[in-house]
Amino acid sequence: MESGIFHTTYQADMTLRRTHAQKIRVVLLLLFVIVFPFFADRYLLNLANQVGIAIVGAIGLNILVGYTGQISLGQGGFMAVGAYTTGLLTKIFGIPWYLSIPISCFFTALVGAIFGIPSLRLKGLYLAIATIASQEIILWVVTHWNVVTGGVDALVVPNPTLFGERMNTDFNFYWIIWACVGVTALLTVNLFRTHWGRAFIAIRDQDIAASVMGINLFRYKLLAFAVSSFFVGLAGALIAHYRTIVTWERFTIDVSVLYLAMIIIGGLGSVSGSFFGATFMTLLPAVLTNLGRAVKDYIPVIDSFIPYIQQASFGLVIILFLIFEPEGLRKIWNNIKDYFRLWPFSY
Amino acid sequence: MELFIQYTLSGLTNGAILALAALGFVLIYKASDVINFAQGEFLLVGAYIIYAMIAQFGLWWPIGMVFTVAIAIGVGVTVERFVLRPMIGEPIISVIMVTIGLSSVLQAIVKMIWGSQPKEFPPFIPSDPVKILGATIGADRLWAIGIAIVLLGAFSLFFRKSREGIAMRAVADDQQAALSMGISVKRIFAWAWSIAAVTAAIAGALVANIVGVSGTISSFGLHVFPVVILGGLDSIPGAIIGGIIIGLLETYTGAYIGQGLNQVVSFIVLIIILMVRPYGLFGQQIIERV
Repeated sequence: MESGIFHTTYQADMTLRRTHAQKIRVVLLLLFVIVFPFFADRYLLNLANQVGIAIVGAIGLNILVGYTGQISLGQGGFMAVGAYTTGLLTKIFGIPWYLSIPISCFFTALVGAIFGIPSLRLKGLYLAIATIASQEIILWVVTHWNVVTGGVDALVVPNPTLFGERMNTDFNFYWIIWACVGVTALLTVNLFRTHWGRAFIAIRDQDIAASVMGINLFRYKLLAFAVSSFFVGLAGALIAHYRTIVTWERFTIDVSVLYLAMIIIGGLGSVSGSFFGATFMTLLPAVLTNLGRAVKDYIPVIDSFIPYIQQASFGLVIILFLIFEPEGLRKIWNNIKDYFRLWPFSY
Repeated sequence: MELFIQYTLSGLTNGAILALAALGFVLIYKASDVINFAQGEFLLVGAYIIYAMIAQFGLWWPIGMVFTVAIAIGVGVTVERFVLRPMIGEPIISVIMVTIGLSSVLQAIVKMIWGSQPKEFPPFIPSDPVKILGATIGADRLWAIGIAIVLLGAFSLFFRKSREGIAMRAVADDQQAALSMGISVKRIFAWAWSIAAVTAAIAGALVANIVGVSGTISSFGLHVFPVVILGGLDSIPGAIIGGIIIGLLETYTGAYIGQGLNQVVSFIVLIIILMVRPYGLFGQQIIERV
């Protein structure tokens, strides 16, 4: 009878996947991701792609907010930087998408580090307000720098191709997106086993103690902003090449709020939490739309109410989670696992 | 010169409305250390309720105003009781997020009831043009400035003279000390939220009268941040002066520089203030720094 997970060696404690059940779950998840596109229709594939992009963005934000403790409401702005950079590089300079995406990630990291400078003097509430300002400023630059970004008009990016094959069909792009998800998750999980990641966590838990222990706050806070923005920029760049139309409406403050909601509902400071939260918040509106369509015959007025119901349930979900399960879906998942591990003697 | 006066008056109007919105914001922050991201939606709710009272139910406007204030108090108390009270003692990010969730719910409710189309609003405050120093301005804008001044004066008196006002300041200063003096902190929080909702409703009614009723009113919620940071998050005079400065700044920038810079200039000021003087012009100099 198992009563918990115990380690007897440091090596066992350091491994990423500790138990057989965890290893089996990872293999099953991988199998599902690989098999899924062959059975899914276009609608499901499209949803899966949206989920994948959301996961990349959510992991990026979680590095900053969940692991380093710097509240950011500037996510939308940084995604815009990633999307517009890669779009312009491909459109104007003809750089192929597989090169322009990494370049735009590095550029977003740089921009993120610059907008992270206020974090050196501010924290908590004041930092959150400062990031709102950076969001508004970035978006203003995007909508008013007409010559380069096309202003409020859409920026049309050429279709990405590989060996003559058009890549941004739902099926082809699925592989690109989920490869990015895999790489992002793996890099992030491992990041927090390195010097950098541990420094980030130390800053979150107690910044003064961290600096006394020899962690250079200036350096590591900017690094956190840069690493986080790197992945956020990746999410933005993926959107740019998937949709091939980049408009500023995709990157408003509502997007920043949505991503913050994802990581809070999923679980702060955890990669699996980002998976849960991003999936939940992306599927919620789709599920509500389908539910609305299903009951349309019985309640005809519901059709015009669906957008408002989506908005209301978005807010309600946030409020209810914060009141009843502040640690998010990840905690619920752990509770379920614990229940079955100790079954039938769980209490 | 006339143009300058014109811009100044128009900036003062915007500033007065911003100051009213900021006032409720500061009040909540002072009493309970909560940043209310739903302040813009409180304005929105106020504007739609006054619209319903006057345009849909055909009430005489002072009576409509009384009903609006009553409903606003109800909204404020409900929000405090069911959404914010469970959040006491939670980390800042949770409190920020819960008010964001609240703003989303309030917006959805307003749209469910009234739809998303802008509404024609029969102005209840006369808007005949008035000439001042050669500049022409709608009388309703002057009313907005007047009402803002009266309300702000009333609140200053409230905090200095009334029992509840003094109790509120005590709670803001030190919750435990206030509790041990027999002040009900819960009641004070309820007071703070309902007063904030009322000022927002009045500001919403003024906005409705000047620019009409539509979903864009909630964008005032974002513009409150530069105001309160400039004035100091915990300072009522700061909210007023910050509101006027930001209102004038946005109007002058729009008029003399253009290029849509007026939408973003206040946020640039916000960042500068945060870097140089994060407690604002009149705020207390206690701020968490690294």
